[in-house]
Amino acid sequence: MGRVVITGAGTINPLGLSVPETYAALARGDCAIKPLDIPLVERLSVKIGAQVAGFRPSDHFDAKALTLLDRFSQFALVAAREAMGAAGLSADPELARRMGAVLGNSGGGMTTQDEAFRAVYEGGKNRVHPFTVPRLMSNAPTAYLTMEFGLRGPSFTVSSACASSNHAMAQAAAMIRGGLADVMLTGGTEAMLTFGGIKAWEGLRVLSQTGCRAFCASRDGMVQGEGAAVFVFEDYDHARARGAPILAEVAGASMTSDAGDIVVPTQAGAASAMARALLDAGLGPGDVDYINAHGTGTAANDRTETAAIREVFGPRADDLLVSSTKTLHGHLIGGTGAVELLACLMALNEGVVPPTAHYRDPDPACDLDIVANTARRAKVRAVLSNAFAFGGMNAVLALTKV
Amino acid sequence: MNTDTIPETVTRILAEQALLDPEDVARDATLEGIGLDSLGLVECIFAIEETFDITVPFNANDPEAGGLDLTTVDSVIEAVRGLVKAQAG
Repeated sequence: MGRVVITGAGTINPLGLSVPETYAALARGDCAIKPLDIPLVERLSVKIGAQVAGFRPSDHFDAKALTLLDRFSQFALVAAREAMGAAGLSADPELARRMGAVLGNSGGGMTTQDEAFRAVYEGGKNRVHPFTVPRLMSNAPTAYLTMEFGLRGPSFTVSSACASSNHAMAQAAAMIRGGLADVMLTGGTEAMLTFGGIKAWEGLRVLSQTGCRAFCASRDGMVQGEGAAVFVFEDYDHARARGAPILAEVAGASMTSDAGDIVVPTQAGAASAMARALLDAGLGPGDVDYINAHGTGTAANDRTETAAIREVFGPRADDLLVSSTKTLHGHLIGGTGAVELLACLMALNEGVVPPTAHYRDPDPACDLDIVANTARRAKVRAVLSNAFAFGGMNAVLALTKV
Repeated sequence: MNTDTIPETVTRILAEQALLDPEDVARDATLEGIGLDSLGLVECIFAIEETFDITVPFNANDPEAGGLDLTTVDSVIEAVRGLVKAQAG
């Protein structure tokens, strides 16, 4: 079975408008969670979030293109351009047939949906913009990647709530391993910071009004973010043959289901996902130095995730560095695993492990080395990136240095 | 809303979520005891907010944070009484 490596990365997220900006912010432990600046914020009870700041769509797209691009498609395209540039890749006709795209996303084009519903229900209008459907459909960002770069191989969007990106990347890796493609653009995108998008989450009563303090005894919920990250996954031999820069190997991936509750996670599901990712990668518990935790900052997740890590890693759990970068960039829902993979690449390649911010009080139920508040220098040989979604859908990626 | 109807209305809302007859819901019963899980509680709070036109400061991550005792039927009734009074007008 073929090996899969990452040969390019791109992003736009609350911490930065590129990979270098994001690495710098992660290393500094910058927190992008701030008061929300969106229409009707005064009617929200949750008024904080991690927004992409300083992004001007007109710097990236002409007016004609923008009429077709919801914010989540814009994010995906900007990230993919950076990734393709970094990989030094262009899809010539022969490669194009062996190259595809799989992105994760949860909400679809939320800005478009919000505006269209507002127009017909609140505004009493009897028509919406003619491109409402192509803008809002969940596969739109993936479709635009194929059009932008001329990719003729398999393409689709994966939706598994907060694990969407990890499922997408696990799927892309499996397609290369299985011989369906030589190169895949993959990752995820989300732009859910709309009035309706936040209202829906507000209703579930799991959002914090104060900040994301994952693994801290004082934690009181998650904070939403937005953005995208896109990676070039490539067959190892293909990458070597063309002398591509290799950022890491996707050594293993796993997908498991809790078969439990629609929102409450189980320790068994999370543990089995981590254990299977290790098995798939041929790694033992002593080989992993860093876990980018799902670490949402909810009462249930952080406790369950800690117990699952202890179950899988046994006594080695105390040697692990575990951090939740959601405390910095927020929870990007369907895009979160992709942005969190950047934290993993930084740890592997630069030996800098990003911190869990806003940590104040130890919680005995979350007694791991969570890299509190400041980044840590460490030799990192292998990493896991965890995603445990509503629906009990889990996906974990294992990356190693090449 | 006439505050006298609060006990009856709250009991009806909780019973509905617990799939019980209101007569079978004792005032000293715990919400857990009548079979309400965390999702059920969130739905009850939504129904209470809509019915009484109040905001219940409830965070599922930290149920005690809002300073409300929502453990028993009686304590929910008391909490709603307090909120209706505080948020009246």
